[in-house]
Amino acid sequence: MHIVQIIGIGMTATVLATLLRQQMPSFATLVSLFAGVLILLLLVRSISTALGTFQQLTAAANMSPMFLQTLIRILGIAYVVEFAADVARDAGETALGGRIELAGKIGIVLLALPIFKDVLDVIVHMIP
Amino acid sequence: MSPEIRDLFRIFAVGFVAAIFHTVLKQSGKEDFAHWATLLGLVAVFAIVIGYVDHLYHEITSVFLLQ
Repeated sequence: MHIVQIIGIGMTATVLATLLRQQMPSFATLVSLFAGVLILLLLVRSISTALGTFQQLTAAANMSPMFLQTLIRILGIAYVVEFAADVARDAGETALGGRIELAGKIGIVLLALPIFKDVLDVIVHMIP
Repeated sequence: MSPEIRDLFRIFAVGFVAAIFHTVLKQSGKEDFAHWATLLGLVAVFAIVIGYVDHLYHEITSVFLLQ
């Protein structure tokens, strides 16, 4: 992941999208979507190394891996949802972007429920 | 010129050519052909983008343990 490469892709895609936007707005959206996908592809590899170190840390602290797995899933949902919602908003579909974000929020709540239940169990056990 | 950048310019080229065809055909009075040309360009661009989106989907589901 080289930051200059990402900035280069972003800049060229922006220029190409503005060139296309007058005649064909749909193609401009596709160009910006493609650039977003490219940048995300480059970033995912470096994120996976970061997550690897987190997994080692939780293993060292002998916490149960379930917490970190849920955290990683929530992180993934957040990234993807934010990407899709921004692409939708870029194309002028603000309502659609909001719907995508709503779906992401619900997904995250569903993922966080088991951990929430664990916390409540711990609290209940502490009360004599 | 890495393959990704080449595809980015390829998408731009297809869109640009489709835009040119659209305006030329519209000027020469063949309105419906113009729309067909744009549609064809859009399908070509979608074919390129879908390949990368599929690759990204598999990458994200494997890294973020989503599946």
